[in-house]
Amino acid sequence: MPTRQTKEFTCVQCPMGCLLTVTLEDGAVVSVSGNSCPRGKAYGRTEAVHPERTVTSLVGILDDFHPLSVKTAAPIPRERIDEVLDAIAQTVIEPPVEIGDVVIPDVCGTGVDVVATEARS
Amino acid sequence: MSAPVRSCDVLVVGGGAAGLSAAAAAAEAGASVLVAEREDRLGGILNQCIHNGFGLHRFGLELTGPEYAARDVARIAGSGAVMPLLETSVLSLDTSSRQGGRITAKLVGRGVGLFDVSCGAVVLACGCRERTRGQINIAGGRPAGVYTAGTAQRLINVDGALVGRRVVILGSGDIGLIMARRMTWEGADVLCVCELASEPGGLRRNIAQCLDDYGIPLHLSTTVTQVFGKVRLEGVELADVDPATRRPVPGTERRVDCDTLLLSVGLIPSNEVAATAGVGIDRRTGGPSVDESLETDVPGIFVAGNELHVHDLADYVSEEGLEAGANAAAHALGRRGSRRDDGIVVECGENVGSVTPQRIARGADEVVMRLRSRGRVQDADIVLVADGREARRWRRRIVVPSEMQTVKLSAADLPEGIGRLCVGVVAHGASPEGE
Repeated sequence: MPTRQTKEFTCVQCPMGCLLTVTLEDGAVVSVSGNSCPRGKAYGRTEAVHPERTVTSLVGILDDFHPLSVKTAAPIPRERIDEVLDAIAQTVIEPPVEIGDVVIPDVCGTGVDVVATEARS
Repeated sequence: MSAPVRSCDVLVVGGGAAGLSAAAAAAEAGASVLVAEREDRLGGILNQCIHNGFGLHRFGLELTGPEYAARDVARIAGSGAVMPLLETSVLSLDTSSRQGGRITAKLVGRGVGLFDVSCGAVVLACGCRERTRGQINIAGGRPAGVYTAGTAQRLINVDGALVGRRVVILGSGDIGLIMARRMTWEGADVLCVCELASEPGGLRRNIAQCLDDYGIPLHLSTTVTQVFGKVRLEGVELADVDPATRRPVPGTERRVDCDTLLLSVGLIPSNEVAATAGVGIDRRTGGPSVDESLETDVPGIFVAGNELHVHDLADYVSEEGLEAGANAAAHALGRRGSRRDDGIVVECGENVGSVTPQRIARGADEVVMRLRSRGRVQDADIVLVADGREARRWRRRIVVPSEMQTVKLSAADLPEGIGRLCVGVVAHGASPEGE
């Protein structure tokens, strides 16, 4: 007997803000309803199974009063955000740095790098 | 210190998203350009917006603010025709002498003091300012810990200073929502976001990703009526708001202990420089009144971005900057035909809060009209009425006040000899009221 589960979200793909209902069986999406377009369906599928977010924060930079802005180069699983933020907060790097330079490779084993989003000489 | 440049074709006031695009477009049209930027680097407010979501429309990418700015800075650096003047402010514009149709700007720069620049055209791109506590009547003393959301954003993201630990946010505009997540990520406890209106002010995606993800409550029809604390903020008083009158409901007051109050209660176009030239202001947008070329009612002075009207997305600010910059260059280089000032007047009709341009020159071949609705209309038509006759309509899935609408008109939409255009937002198929 498969376990059946439903999850509800507000779709964020456009200002309509459709209330999506996603039905899962044994953790796999079997249907999305409440959407008015294909983008909503795709969003519902991802959001129900593995919600992902891009994280942006700051790292310290040696001998510089101002921190440096960074981001995860790709979205990471939402439940790993705190862990990744802690790793970023403990990081201090040396200048110079260019946009896109890897600041933390494979952060917390997520397979995603943290990269600089501003340059500093 | 090198002597400042005294002359250029186009002077751009402000080096943020609008100014950078204006400078790039003006240079690409063959003009020599000066960009006056009061900060020590270009990019404007983009530099403090370290979150992603910029550039989806322009580049198909979700860039952070600094990354988005860097692309535009690289674009003008590559042109050679644009000279940025950093740590330099424009104090006033003088159009009275108009020698050879030129405008004289008075500037002040670090290390060089006061100096004049003579230019053929100006693009105003000064952005906007945040409404403050003084503009929303919150009772109480003056404890530390009350910040506008953008100020807190700068202190945290640029200066690396966390402004507080227990936070209440008033206003559900996008900056307030972004700051709720930002402060949560930096270790603060965001207790709630209060919104005076009965609908959230910011984009839905920000409510989902900045509040819902972290379980931060959004209290609609709620406001802050008082602050407590003498030296540092110790708490705020919240009260329910009557949706009809927008007044606090007596007896609903309750205290929430906090050390920080962030205000995200609206933005106002920054028009100090415009005022020195006597530029006419539209009370609906709060910015200068313009024609379809984004020229103000003072010839040779153009405007773009949040100084013209507050936008939701930087991408559209940049788009507007390109238009203003190209038109300013054409004006300065004498490539524009003579313009008649008996243009078509554009008015706000049913359910439209503001619209640009406010007038259209006769013979204009393409017009980009941007408008903000007053209320939410699902399955809507944007209807254009010319002298009482429907001229055109555009269908939209949904129109909400928090998302500016853009429609493009061509010469064919503007019948010969009309005097007045009225734009409205109605349910699909309906006729606008009073037409």
